[in-house]
Order: sequence, then structure tokens, then C-alpha cells
Amino acid sequence: MEYILIIISAIFVNNVVLAQFLGICPFFGVSKQVETAVGMTGAVIFVMTVATIVTFLLQKYVLDVFEIQYMQTITFILVIASLVQLVEIILKKVSPALFQALGIFLPLITTNCAVLGVAILAVRPDYGFDLMQSTVFAIASAIGFGLALVLFAGLREHMDLANIPKGMKGVPIAFVTAGLLALAFMGFSGIA
Amino acid sequence: MASKKKSSFINMVVVLFIVSTIAATILAFVYQATKEPIAKAKLEKKKKAIGLVVPEFDTVYSPINNMFKIALAEGDSLECYPTKKGEEFSGYAIKANTSKGFSGTFWIMVGFTPDGKIYKTSVLEHKETPGLGDKMQKSKSNWSEQFTGLDVPNIKDIDGDGILIEVKKDQGTIDAITAATISSRAFCNACERAYIAFKKIEK
Amino acid sequence: MSKLNIFTKGFFKENAVFVMLLGLCPTLGTTTSALNGLGMGLATTFVLVLSNIVVALVKNQIPDKVRIPAFIVIIASFVTVVELLMQAYLPNLFEVLGLFIPLIVVNCLILGRAEAFASKNNVLDSAIDGLGMGLGFAMALTILGVVREILGSGSFFNFKIYPGDGALVFVLAPGGFIALGFIIALLNKLTKQS
Repeated sequence: MEYILIIISAIFVNNVVLAQFLGICPFFGVSKQVETAVGMTGAVIFVMTVATIVTFLLQKYVLDVFEIQYMQTITFILVIASLVQLVEIILKKVSPALFQALGIFLPLITTNCAVLGVAILAVRPDYGFDLMQSTVFAIASAIGFGLALVLFAGLREHMDLANIPKGMKGVPIAFVTAGLLALAFMGFSGIA
Repeated sequence: MASKKKSSFINMVVVLFIVSTIAATILAFVYQATKEPIAKAKLEKKKKAIGLVVPEFDTVYSPINNMFKIALAEGDSLECYPTKKGEEFSGYAIKANTSKGFSGTFWIMVGFTPDGKIYKTSVLEHKETPGLGDKMQKSKSNWSEQFTGLDVPNIKDIDGDGILIEVKKDQGTIDAITAATISSRAFCNACERAYIAFKKIEK
Repeated sequence: MSKLNIFTKGFFKENAVFVMLLGLCPTLGTTTSALNGLGMGLATTFVLVLSNIVVALVKNQIPDKVRIPAFIVIIASFVTVVELLMQAYLPNLFEVLGLFIPLIVVNCLILGRAEAFASKNNVLDSAIDGLGMGLGFAMALTILGVVREILGSGSFFNFKIYPGDGALVFVLAPGGFIALGFIIALLNKLTKQS
């Protein structure tokens, strides 16, 4: 039950992109086509989950133990940056096919603030998560990111065909669409 | 322009090591320098929050140093800050949370006078909807004033469910915020929890 | 490029938010009021100027392949410094901005300027570039904050200007997207006509 609550809350109610404003750059950057959006989602789910597990353990067994919590930001971002590199190298060796699919998205993830944001949120004392809960939280957040991204990409594909006022074309209408999508997601608040 | 360092393995390791060491040193230094002001800022905030909800008290007896925890259930306890005026206890500020809010947990501070009446309340942190649920804050509306002086021990429990502080929809005495019943219920729930904790002090 | 040019390009021609669409997360996440936007903008400016200066100073000592990790360490250190200072001296603002302070690290604007400008130019120019870009970013955040605050809570820098609550949606997430969209559309229109 507890896990279901975390999952629903992270995917719908507190959606990383539409409610918490994390990961907006890739949200606008790679949402022109559904296909690329799906690829990015795969990469984010992978990195976010592994990053959260690693940073959670680091926080618990290194930063908290030595009372150097102020090193959190610098440690976490380094973990994420090196993890992305590592994933890239391993993927290239183990599964060239998957690397082909996700490869170009991996470097972009380092500066995806959703990854760092979720890692920091998962170790917040007021959440009080244990390792398992953090992992579930990370996976669900990543799925929430993917859901928003894929939905948005679908909308944008259709928008190319629509007759939009000249001044609103391109970026502005994308923002307004995102706003409406966020409005729709607000309907979920209060259920968890 | 001076020539760039080559990307040899040794160079890379040495440079990264030096950069990280310098960064860590600077951070340790800043941390030491700001440690005291940060602790002081947090203390001030706590003091202010306590001062808002209980009657005027003597500062000789520090409510923060005399804080004690009251267990409501296994792994669920609230912090209580007692205050004294002269020799007598004059009030109890209880920091209470509720998970029943519209968007997750929020924290309030509830002040009791020794006779069990609520003196005042104040919201510490919340994520309720701006413009609706956040009207429970004093700065946004005077809704929370109906808790001021609320005589909890003498409230009639109409529906007999043992809960005293409830909104009218639940057969209670509190007017809910329009269009924010969940936030209002949660606020009542936090007060109720604080009151249960308060009753345990007396025993 | 003259020094004045380096400074002013961050405000309009290459404005981080309105033109280059960088640093959107803090832009939308912290601009529920004008004051919050300004605070976030200035914190970012502080980090940007210092990281630009340091990157320009050490650029020749850093081998190309580890350039990005080294820059990230430098930026993360300054972010932590801001975090600690804010916690100590501006605790209220720190609470409002919350998670977005550590997230300055991944603001693409900062790494972008380190990579695109500071690693190729001298210290003085890099400092000016950081200041211009940072203030341009702060300006954008303040404008968005002002718009959202006026429409959403009916006040201007916390001064009530009309009674009532305003259209709440502008303080919430959806309003952030919509307000920014319309501001960019307006700017597009103005710049294309001139």
C-alpha cells in the first residue's frame, strides 16, 4: 500500500516535470517526436534509478557518518556525471543495440536537473525513505517524467499540422501546451 | 595564449585531484564560518514560532532547552516546548504534523494554556494549494482565528467518535475553508494530535 | 567585441531564458513572486560570475578530456557556498527557493557559459560575460515573477495592488508555463517588427 502511494504520488500528483518543474530542458528539447521521447525516457529511468540508489547509500554511509552533509551537492553531481559516463561505456560493450538507441541521450542526462533533484529529494529527512522506498520513488519519478514527455511529444507532433497564429508558432505555443498539460495533471492532486 | 595541458592520464588525474582538493578545502572553510550563523538562524526561527502561539513567558526558562518528546504511537512522537511565567508552567507549544493534507504532510505549531485551551496556532510549513488551502495561514486569511482560545476540553463530541476538533461537515465545531475541506480537516487533525499529546503531559 | 557588447548581450540578444531557453527549471519553479524570482536570479548571477572567473583563470591548466568534470566541481563548490551563506543570512529566502538552490549546479546556463565563453576568453571578459548573462537571467526571472504575481495574487513585490486573490492558476505550475509562453510570443513580435 505504501509503495502504491509513493508510485501514484510520484507519477501523477507530484509529477517531476509538470508539478515540480524539474527536467524542463529535455522536456522541451527532445519532445519534437514521440520516438526520441521514448528513447530519452528509457535512458532517464535507468540513470535516475541507479543514481538514486548510489547517492542514497553515499548519503547514509558516508556523508551522514562523517557529518559532511554540506558536501551533498558536489558529491551527488559527481556521482551522476561519472555514472552517465560509466553507463555509456558499459552499454557500448554489452549491448550495442541499446547503445545505438539511447547513446545520444546519455550525455544530456548529466544536466537533467530531474536526476539530481530526485536524488536530493529521496534523502530528505522529511520524506524518511529507506533504500527500497527511495528506489521505488526514483523509478516512479522517472516514469512520471517519461509519461509527461511522451504525452507532450504526441501533442507537439499534431501541432505541426495545426494553424497557429504567427507570433505563437514554435516555442510560445509549446509552453502554453505544456501549461494546459500541467493543468490537466492538477486534476490528480488530492488523490494520494 | 599559453599552451593547453595535454590530456595524458597523469595530467588528468592530477588536475582533477587538485581541483577537488581545493574545492573541498574552501567548502570546509565556508562551512566552519557559517556553522554558527546557520544554527542561530534556525534557533531564532524556532523561538519566534513558539512565541507566536503561547502567552508571554519568562525567557530565563528556555523552552527549547527543555523540549521533550511525547509519543503518540510507535514511531510517532511530537515535540513539546514548555514555557514558564514565574514558577508556574504558563504554556505548552506543541509542534504537530498531519499527513492528511491535500498535498502531503504539513506542520503546525499549537500553543496550549495549562487549562487545555488552545492559545494560538501557527503554520510552520505546508504545500497546500495557494489561494485555497493556504488560507489556513494567518497572513492569508483570518480563518485560523477560530482556533484562538478554543476550549477543547469542553467541546461536545456530538457524533461520539472521540474526536473533538472537527469541521462542521464531520459533526464538529469548526467552519471549513470554502473549497478547501481537505486542508481544513487536516489542520483540525493536526490540532487534535497536538491535544492528545497535551493530555499526555498532564498525566 | 567591445566590453559593453559582452555585457549587454545577455539582456536581450542572447537572453538566457527568453532567447536561448536555458535554465528553465529554476525560471518556472521559483517565480511565483517577483521577489523570489529576483532572489534566485541574483544567486545564479553570483555563481555564474565566480565560476566564469575561476574557469577563465585555470582554463590552461585543465586537460581537455576532464574539462567538464572539473568545471562541474568548480560550479558545485560555488553553489554550496551560496547555499551555506543563504542558510545563514537569508533563511526565509532559502526556505522558499528550497531544492532549486542545489539545482543551480545543473542550470545549463552556467556550464554553458563556462564551456562556450570562459574557457576561451580572458578573466576580465569572462567576469563581464558572467555578470551580463546573470543579470539578464535575473531580469527575466523578475519579469516573469512580476507577471505571475500580479495576475496570480494581485500584488507587486508583495504590495497589494488590487483586492482579491487574482487568477490563482498563475501562481501554480500551469500558469508558469502559460505566462512564459506569452511573454516569449510578445518578445518575438516586438523584436521582429523593429
